[in-house]
Amino acid sequence: MSFESELRQGRFTVGECEKCHKTSWPPSEFCSNCFGNLKYRPVKEPGILLECSSKDGTIFGIVKFEDSIKIIGTINGNVEQKPGQMMRVASCDFDKSPKFTFTKS
Amino acid sequence: MNVAIAGYSTTKFTLGQPSIENLLVSATKELFQNTKNLSQKDIDAVLVSTNNNKKYLAPILSELTGITPKIAQSIENMCNSGANSIVSGYSYIASEMADIVLVVGAEQAENSAQVLDWDVSRGEFTHPIFWGTMFTKAHKRKFGTTEEELAYVSALNHKNAQDNPAAYNTKAYTIEDIMNSKRLTEDLKLLDCSRSCSGSSAVLLVSENLAKKYTDSPVFISGIGQKTTSASFTKNDLTRLDSTIDAANQAYSMARIKADQVDVAEVHDAFSICELMILEDLGLVSKGNAGKLVLELYKTNDKKINPRGGLIGSGHPLGATGIAQIAEIASQLQGMSAKRQVKNAKIGLVQNMSAAATSSTVLVMRN
Repeated sequence: MSFESELRQGRFTVGECEKCHKTSWPPSEFCSNCFGNLKYRPVKEPGILLECSSKDGTIFGIVKFEDSIKIIGTINGNVEQKPGQMMRVASCDFDKSPKFTFTKS
Repeated sequence: MNVAIAGYSTTKFTLGQPSIENLLVSATKELFQNTKNLSQKDIDAVLVSTNNNKKYLAPILSELTGITPKIAQSIENMCNSGANSIVSGYSYIASEMADIVLVVGAEQAENSAQVLDWDVSRGEFTHPIFWGTMFTKAHKRKFGTTEEELAYVSALNHKNAQDNPAAYNTKAYTIEDIMNSKRLTEDLKLLDCSRSCSGSSAVLLVSENLAKKYTDSPVFISGIGQKTTSASFTKNDLTRLDSTIDAANQAYSMARIKADQVDVAEVHDAFSICELMILEDLGLVSKGNAGKLVLELYKTNDKKINPRGGLIGSGHPLGATGIAQIAEIASQLQGMSAKRQVKNAKIGLVQNMSAAATSSTVLVMRN
């Protein structure tokens, strides 16, 4: 079980340390706090939109989950949202890089 | 042991694709031509700053230039490789492991270091324009920064680059040209961006007691600060460059100066927003007011910031950029910058950074 293989199944997960129980982001094999083994579990939603912009009509933004997991994805429906808006993951995948679509919560 | 800069060179930046060996040797050749009494046998260490994928480039450069150094190695740290290499060279001399260190930076226009593939937190938005646009939007939102203020950053750098013979582009751009340039994202236009190009630059570092053999006017590195906060862009605050703030504080403390004593600075304007954030985070202007400072510099023809034209005006050969910044400030402090010269410059500063300022280096230099 890994971040990439879970994403390919449409699941957004984060590694939580079996020893100190801290989450490690970005994905890794070992805990960045105590080097313990990580167990991947679903990321808790919703997250909060920190900032957004657009390119060629596609709106994208940074969303923060669980106070430390931040990732950039597209905003569903191309509707501009303001920072502070609560967001959910509408879909996710992995093809050379992670692909996320967020939707208003 | 104090460490001096006793020689430097910067080759013409271009959009061509000369070999990495050609770029490295060209800067080295020019440095030898510019530096009196320098012999290959004097050099204890050869450090190569590059993101090029070729292996063993420092020993290769050494062999191609007839140097047989004790120490020869490459240093790769994306866009901040140059200043990092200078700090490594400084450390060899300060620790008395070397007396004379040749630091050469070079990059080809087409290179693999413009995108940090490792950073999965960027999702599919891997290109630097996406962190550039996020910084820009957040600064606009928090401080009311305008597109016109951003355009003046580009205009100032392109104006300064007209007097820099090494710049890849010496064309003059009006504010209208910049405002009307191709829109890459909602918040970034083409002329807000620096451009990857080919180029090389070299600096000769020597221990203080040897400096006068090679130059009549040595320049000293009096303050050094470095900080890495992360490798992934999204860990940053979007309106503040924490690594630059930390590195600047270290450098000011070591040099025993305050920000307002800086006479001339080269900063890492990868995008126009970066220059505004850096000027604020170095403490050269209060937060949210860098746009007004840049406008004043432009209107008064003041070359205090980025006299060689920065990355936007000169071009950005990644591994050479930090070295070229340091070469420019050394030249300024020697009073050798011709049309780019800032009058009576005594204290200079260089700020070089990587990957959306996840790491920064700040150097204070004095004559």
